[in-house]
Amino acid sequence: MSAVRNYFTVIWKGIWTTLVGMRITFRHLFVPAVTLQYPDERMPLPERARNRLYVNMDDCIGCNQCAMACPVDCITIETVKSLPTEDLGVTSTGQKKRLWVTKFDIDIGKCCYCGLCVPPCPTECIYMTDVYEFSEYDRKDLIYHFSVLTPEEAEEKKRQVGSAEKGTASKKVATANQPQPAVSGTESKVAASSEKGPVTEQTGGANK
Amino acid sequence: MDNFIISRFGNGVLSAVLSSLLPLIWIFPYALFAIWLELKVAAHMQDRLGPMRTGRWHGWLQPVADVVKLLQKEDVIATATDKILFLVAPVIVFSASYAVYAAIPFSPAYIGTDINVGIFYIIAIGALVSLGILMAGWASNNKWSLLGAMRTAAQLVSYEIPSSLAVLSVVMVVGSLSLQDICKAQEGWFWNWIVFSKFPFMVLAFFIYFVASLAETNRVPFDIPEGESELVAGYHTEYSGMRFAVFFLAEYSNMFVVSAITAVLFFGGWNSPFGNFMSGPVWGVFWLLGKGMFFVFVQMWLRWTLPRFRVDQLMYLSWKVLTPFALANIAVIGLWVILRG
Repeated sequence: MSAVRNYFTVIWKGIWTTLVGMRITFRHLFVPAVTLQYPDERMPLPERARNRLYVNMDDCIGCNQCAMACPVDCITIETVKSLPTEDLGVTSTGQKKRLWVTKFDIDIGKCCYCGLCVPPCPTECIYMTDVYEFSEYDRKDLIYHFSVLTPEEAEEKKRQVGSAEKGTASKKVATANQPQPAVSGTESKVAASSEKGPVTEQTGGANK
Repeated sequence: MDNFIISRFGNGVLSAVLSSLLPLIWIFPYALFAIWLELKVAAHMQDRLGPMRTGRWHGWLQPVADVVKLLQKEDVIATATDKILFLVAPVIVFSASYAVYAAIPFSPAYIGTDINVGIFYIIAIGALVSLGILMAGWASNNKWSLLGAMRTAAQLVSYEIPSSLAVLSVVMVVGSLSLQDICKAQEGWFWNWIVFSKFPFMVLAFFIYFVASLAETNRVPFDIPEGESELVAGYHTEYSGMRFAVFFLAEYSNMFVVSAITAVLFFGGWNSPFGNFMSGPVWGVFWLLGKGMFFVFVQMWLRWTLPRFRVDQLMYLSWKVLTPFALANIAVIGLWVILRG
């Protein structure tokens, strides 16, 4: 007898649960959508969301601390000493800028969005913005160049410093074969991954 | 309607061709609308929005864009296929589902052909769809296609029985196989509809017919012939472009066929639910199409409610539940008709 009862119970359950399910789906027909029409509407980001890195070059003093902090070495900084005659102005925090930042590249393709580069910055000029749409067709376009100097201008600065160094070289013989500019530690690590050993900084007109 | 066309064009052949093309006026817009409706119903039941951009207003041009895309696609025919069967299969599937429209009474004034074995003809022609599907699966020379086609055949053979028995109970009550007669027998207010007569046995017959017709159109929860997760796409795995579109069109036209037959057999066909209010030849078209579209919606509604059956569950439902119930039902209704008329 229990088999017969089971048979009818199963049928009744099938019909009943289908109706319950249909009630649920019908109710959901009138529930407002939980999705957004993405490019038109956006989900608000959390206040401290970490997305694209940005450097405010007006405040950068070229201290290289962000590049040192970066665990994936995605920041490359190259600086050139300014001549005593040049005045680079001060940052918004009142620090005097002494170095030309000839290169400030961030390879955002390598960036892991840890935000470790942000706290060391003495002038708070590197920070994470809420921009998250920066896909590119070419991986090269993911390397952002923040330096305000054009490559030609950077070359020019290097040449100037080179010639000034030559002038001082007669006085300070000991430093004559030291590479210039002094702050270029990460350069060898990032820019020339295939080259082994310390890369001697090419100054003056010796570049290829 | 046929007489009107013949009187207008004189030529018998021309008017026959013309009147046989009339259902296409409904099928093409309906198919496009149903595809859009399916997308929207699916989306809203899952708390999404569905297509919103094509054609600006709620993506109403999406099915048109899909069809244009399908038209542009390459018509791939694999070398290992049985070419003739492969090319003929979609044509057979669509023409079988189209031939059914000949016997559907769209209004008191328009029916393709008012043959006195209308519902029998529909059941017979409708079964041809599975022949086309079997051809497609076999000719594709592909495991998934063949498995899907075999499942379709097994499913159709199983579910033809309860659906035919449910139809038979209606035929016994009306005493005619002609769909026009079945519609006329339900004239008046909605309580004259067959689904409310012989209470509750006709309700049961309606449920049996509706469930079985879902299985015959391979709709969820009976979509194991084209279960994506198991069989890629079932019998139309190897089809692309326009030939796939023909299968798709046939599937949607079949959905409407079974819905329209449900409306005719149980819900008064072209009769207005409110007696003489809004009834007549033109309103008849409105009522039949409206009732048909309602059941198309119910099919979509079920699709987004239920998961897919397993093969053994499918067979259990047909042979151990629907068929015995349909047999008992037909016996009770037969007795009722003999004893009380």
